[in-house]
Amino acid sequence: MKSLKNFFDKARPSFEPGGKLSALGSVFDGFETFLFTPRTTSGPSSVHVHDAIDSKRTMIIVVLALMPCFFFGMYNTGYQHWLALGATQFPFWQLMLYGFLAVIPRVVVSYFVGLGIEFAFAQWRKEEIQEGFLVTGILIPMICPIETPLWMLAVATAFAVVFAKEVFGGTGYNIVNVALVARAFLFFAYPAQMSGDKVFVASGTALGYGTALPDGFTCATPLGQIATTTSTDSLVTVTGVDGQALTAWDAFVGLIPGSFGETSVLCILIGALILLLSGMASWRIMLGVFLGGLGMGLITNLTATPTYPASFMPAWEQLLYGGFAFAAVFMATDPVTAARTNTGKWIYGILIGVIAVLIRVYNNGYPEGAMLAVLLMNVMSSLIDWCVVQANIRRRMRRLIVKTNANE
Amino acid sequence: MKIQIKKGLDLPIAGGVASSDVRSVPAATVAVVPDDFPGFQPKVEVAQGDTVRLGDALMHDKRFPGVKLVSPVAGKVVAVERGERRRLLKVVVEAAGDDFKKFDLTRATPQECIDLLAESGMLALIRRRPYDVVPSPEVRPRDIFVTAIYSAPLEIETGRRIVADDKSLLELAAGFLARITTGKVYISHRASWTLGPVKGAVMVRVDGPHPAGNAGVQAANIAPVNKGETVWTLDVETLRRIGHLLRHGKVDSHATVAVCGPAVENPYVAKTVVGAPVEALMKGIKTIDSKHHRIVSGNVLVGTVVPADGGYLRYPYRMLTVLDEGDDVDEFMGWASMSPAKMSVSRTFPGHFLKKLFRPDARLLGGRRAMIMSGEYDAMMPMDVMPEYLLKAIIARDIENMERLGIYEVAPEDFALAEYADTSKIPLQHIVREGLDYLRNELE
Repeated sequence: MKSLKNFFDKARPSFEPGGKLSALGSVFDGFETFLFTPRTTSGPSSVHVHDAIDSKRTMIIVVLALMPCFFFGMYNTGYQHWLALGATQFPFWQLMLYGFLAVIPRVVVSYFVGLGIEFAFAQWRKEEIQEGFLVTGILIPMICPIETPLWMLAVATAFAVVFAKEVFGGTGYNIVNVALVARAFLFFAYPAQMSGDKVFVASGTALGYGTALPDGFTCATPLGQIATTTSTDSLVTVTGVDGQALTAWDAFVGLIPGSFGETSVLCILIGALILLLSGMASWRIMLGVFLGGLGMGLITNLTATPTYPASFMPAWEQLLYGGFAFAAVFMATDPVTAARTNTGKWIYGILIGVIAVLIRVYNNGYPEGAMLAVLLMNVMSSLIDWCVVQANIRRRMRRLIVKTNANE
Repeated sequence: MKIQIKKGLDLPIAGGVASSDVRSVPAATVAVVPDDFPGFQPKVEVAQGDTVRLGDALMHDKRFPGVKLVSPVAGKVVAVERGERRRLLKVVVEAAGDDFKKFDLTRATPQECIDLLAESGMLALIRRRPYDVVPSPEVRPRDIFVTAIYSAPLEIETGRRIVADDKSLLELAAGFLARITTGKVYISHRASWTLGPVKGAVMVRVDGPHPAGNAGVQAANIAPVNKGETVWTLDVETLRRIGHLLRHGKVDSHATVAVCGPAVENPYVAKTVVGAPVEALMKGIKTIDSKHHRIVSGNVLVGTVVPADGGYLRYPYRMLTVLDEGDDVDEFMGWASMSPAKMSVSRTFPGHFLKKLFRPDARLLGGRRAMIMSGEYDAMMPMDVMPEYLLKAIIARDIENMERLGIYEVAPEDFALAEYADTSKIPLQHIVREGLDYLRNELE
């Protein structure tokens, strides 16, 4: 470590203002503070000791919590591909390798584009590089279909980082979730390519590995199948890639077609456990989303009508399919874009759950509503907090009025 | 009366005074630093070479010339130090003899009572809310909150500062303050308080972790400060000093100082005087290692860095805390550390679960960020204010919202624990101090 530190000490002057590489000062600083805890000490008359927690650790814990979903996504990508090929045997490591090769270009593109823009903005503003994109960068490939073209991913990432984050001031100042903006951008800018039945199962070879599927292969996600069904008075049986019926158990474990990291509710729950035990995410929000979704699911199911085929879905199944669970655990709980007051967190969470199911069931155009629900509530969260804060203000005002009246 | 608080935290820091090692530390010189008294605009009354008695005024407030800072010892003024633009930094007095100023104690009206406190330097030891500044002598406080709880990290217990013999002084002072306030005098104490009820005051027992001993917490839970109201806050040692003045007509400038901290091997309690030199207090102190050290006059949450050489004990004259500075440490990937030596409220550190004492240094342990995590400050403030929103209103200099969110109820020290726990390492106390000063400039 000593030699590494010496290397940094030696390199520092050329990155400082006036140095040859001063244009990369923020990048240098970013790497140095990543490797070595900064020596900055407390001010002369402030708090003299600080808690060991910092935002780097916070972000890394969230990335760790995403890992079960990420690894399962690799397996499932391979699994769905093998299934589509008609395989009957599923060799674990080959599946993982295929999934890994399929996703890694997406992760690289997301981080490369996102971090590149962050570094540039940090340098321009003469600020430290902030670690918010560590989480966003892994989230973007996880919430997109595996067949999303790389250039689209790059465009969406760039759009989201610039227009959802940097224009507002960077990490901590954004109003809506950056990863979801990237996803929404893809959804609305390239609707033909980004929805329907062609993108959710990897069809080509992964960097030359595996066997490409025949042209014209299609398989819709379960929610897509439900939304486009023409059957009438009961829930349509959803089928997997191989045409076999899918059960709720399949959806819970996650062996169904869907966006890369979102399919396994089991792995999402492991992530939720990590987030809650480490105190990184709000249990109020998570529980709120699930309760809201369950409640709305009950209502839609009680008033089920053939006009809206998804309304035949039992309430608890609403929580298993699509991006609902992933949104509840990883998207809604982003502290920057969520409500910040305790009461507000409940309201915010419940409304996300309600709206997600509402959109999913009553808007046949959008088979999934979780993304839009979170984005909408991101925008509304400040308003919710405003109302909660008003209660505190009113309490103070009332005290003053009571006091003034008593004195008169 | 009893208050139970749940929010807050007792920092598990090593280096407290466990022994009964009490030493008398003579102070050859003492210093009075006007910066310790927010709201006090100093105008010096003495010149270098003047002879002063204990209790003679060294400076007064420009706005209220009756409010004095007095000499803690008898002797000779050896320095009137000024900084940039002739700003008064400190007045240093060399101790010699024991001449003292005898104060005239016949006071009838509340105003005359306040004037006595102002003239004897006692008023400067009191703070007022709003603004957490030296009280103005023209306003009678609605209530007076005295804290007999020292809950900040490494503070010694009240019993080592106030003994049974002091009770009559406390009662004398409480009765005197009761004449000044239009409301009541409250004294907060722990369950372990042995002196019993103090006549003239309402006793309030406070249970729970730090900031249980903060006057702001006491006020917030008994009678919060509304717009237009004024309350005074002081600690029980100041109350005893007032009692001493009323009994003997003489200023009591003795100070009981805990010299301690995570870097100190042999902490002890010094019996010395207000404004004593740091060098004298640190004599005989062995540090655990030879790293860079930081000496704080005060505790690790609220205190001022003082130089080992040429520094003086600062208000509130209670403790010196010595800790590692940390600017000579290279820690590889500290953010990923699973070391049990890390002190944290976060459950991601093993240290969180260990019942042990830590030896933290003064590093921020992270980069400064925007406010990202929510609810962190709230968990540290047992008051009915919403700290995040109040802070944002302060940063935006939004006076209307500052008022509506309760800025009159808070002092910087109320945000100290939140500043400690903050993931984003934002200097909250500094922000609040600036906000209070800004508001006072705009409104008074």
